[in-house]
Amino acid sequence: MFISFLDALRKAGIPASPKEHLALLEALDAEVIGQSPEEFYYLARAIYVKDEGLLDRFDQVFATVFKGVIGEPTPEGEIPEDWLKAVTEKFLTPEEMEAIKSLGSWDEIMETLKKRLEEQQGRHQGGNKWIGTGGTSPFGNGGYNPEGVRIGGESRHKRAIKVWEKREFRNLDNSIELGTRNIKVALRRLRRFARTGAADELDLDATIAGTARKGYLDINMRPERRNAVKLLLFLDVGGSMDPFIKLCEELFSAATAEFKHLEFFYFHNCVYEGVWKDNRRRFQERTPTWDVLHKFGHDYKLLFVGDAQMSPYEITHPGGSVEHNNPEAGGVWLQRMTGVYASAAWLNPVPEAQWGYSQSTRLIREIMGDRMFPLTLQGLDEAARSLSRKR
Amino acid sequence: MRFEGTQDYVATDDLKVAVNAAVTLRRPLLVKGEPGTGKTVLAHEIARALNAPLIEWHVKSTTRAIQGLYEYDAVARLRDGQLGDPRVHDISNYIRKGKLWEAFTAPTLPVLLIDEIDKADIEFPNDLLQELDRMEFHVYETGETVKAHERPVVVITSNNEKELPDAFLRRCFFHYIAFPDRATMEKIVEVHFPGIQKILVGKALDLFYDVRDVPGLKKKPSTSELIDWLKLLLHEDMPMEVLAEKDIRKAIPPLHGALLKNEADVMLFEQLAFLARRQGS
Repeated sequence: MFISFLDALRKAGIPASPKEHLALLEALDAEVIGQSPEEFYYLARAIYVKDEGLLDRFDQVFATVFKGVIGEPTPEGEIPEDWLKAVTEKFLTPEEMEAIKSLGSWDEIMETLKKRLEEQQGRHQGGNKWIGTGGTSPFGNGGYNPEGVRIGGESRHKRAIKVWEKREFRNLDNSIELGTRNIKVALRRLRRFARTGAADELDLDATIAGTARKGYLDINMRPERRNAVKLLLFLDVGGSMDPFIKLCEELFSAATAEFKHLEFFYFHNCVYEGVWKDNRRRFQERTPTWDVLHKFGHDYKLLFVGDAQMSPYEITHPGGSVEHNNPEAGGVWLQRMTGVYASAAWLNPVPEAQWGYSQSTRLIREIMGDRMFPLTLQGLDEAARSLSRKR
Repeated sequence: MRFEGTQDYVATDDLKVAVNAAVTLRRPLLVKGEPGTGKTVLAHEIARALNAPLIEWHVKSTTRAIQGLYEYDAVARLRDGQLGDPRVHDISNYIRKGKLWEAFTAPTLPVLLIDEIDKADIEFPNDLLQELDRMEFHVYETGETVKAHERPVVVITSNNEKELPDAFLRRCFFHYIAFPDRATMEKIVEVHFPGIQKILVGKALDLFYDVRDVPGLKKKPSTSELIDWLKLLLHEDMPMEVLAEKDIRKAIPPLHGALLKNEADVMLFEQLAFLARRQGS
């Protein structure tokens, strides 16, 4: 039973295992739910999906697997007059009922509604006559006609669209949305706790062991556990990065909130012999890149944020920069930096599918040792994983 | 024994199914969702609906899994030993029961809430795997095995700050509390403020959803913030006209302190209002 459903889920990348499958069968056996398909959907969702990022994918799989099994909602049979009245009265205030007269008399509307329900075959979306969703007809669900008669909601077999077809969780899919909070959560993967600094916490285990060994109360202290990750952030500014300003702002604000040891610098297109901290004074106050390499130890993690789209000469040739005459090529500097900082990654706000079309992106990706990730939640997650891997 | 929501808590259909499945099969229920959508309250309400005592275990970053089982107070025993207290001969005097132990041995079936499990160390959920699966654990100091005579109902909440290990997730049922749509929100408001004027609620909800839709907000206001805001509006006896200004871009909503919790967000609204005024004049 439902084995093909399990297969389809696994194929779609939802990590469902036989354990979950057995749990579903057990729940069905225990009659946790009634007979309705909605309840079955909710139950299957609660059991198989363990991450809200996968909810949307689950909805899609569910829709394809159970298409035809759980029939398309077609209104059928006679609709009792008083049912129509009850539903309408529930949703319309007396003023609105008055307003309906603009469409004709009460009975007329009810008559039309009934006729359309009988005429209509299958589900309908949009348009201005049929009953369905998102239309402007006075009848249906989620439409714009203020005097509309709402059909659906409470009554199950008249529902115009199935729950799983609504795809409510689309924007939770982890390849799409990226808010400050989500970024923070992703960056938290980089946390590495370590005990450094002043010993100001009682180490109970060591105290007990010490006391047992020495025969008198031997107090042992230890430093508190703190997040010891250090991050060097290099942000590309200006030019082709302008469309991604909001995204980078969010990443930046999340990163500053999350890390105690965070140093950031700006560059344009590619890193050369100088970087800067204040964009208004970028030509006056430059920090030599050598100083950065010398000042921050190799235990810092290096993170570039940039679109990596530029003239390939900027990377390969001295003097290739668009802004100044650089004595050494950008690629040399990139190699130097990745040489000092073993954990490094490049975040690229440009969608991954377009990377192949830009020669400079391919070059930089090569220099970074394939550690280029898209600036999506998933990409950030992978970047954090790659950064925290021991080398 | 079915959970249908309570008079103070509006449960959606999918939530009901998830809760009932977890209660019937006695698997832990993992609840996630935006902060302020009622994850913790859910456990309280399940306990109320099942008429069961609630045992709360609030997890912090320093909490370790063993603390939920039991703690051996070695320092007290050491002190008693030096003072010559006869209690020192029985080690069980120094075993302090944790929340899980409490839940396993409770006389009536309890609901155990493990709140914000993601706050703890990454190993925390792994350390609880066996205990939550088999509902038993071993006390090394005394050599006894504590076993639940009836599996308690376990509710676990997470704010998604850390990913939970797969092996742990496999043992749980999962529910994501989505942000309530307008109809559900009206029901929730009705539950908290019975008899509140319909028009006030309508206008307040308009404003509220508008605020949520403003792009670039650092922290979107959630259900609990809406409830607080309505409480304030009622308490201050705000005249209806204040809410009449439909466009939030022109005026910052009254008593916005309850809705916007971040000074950057308040600034954003002030800027929007300023721009709107300048364009108007």
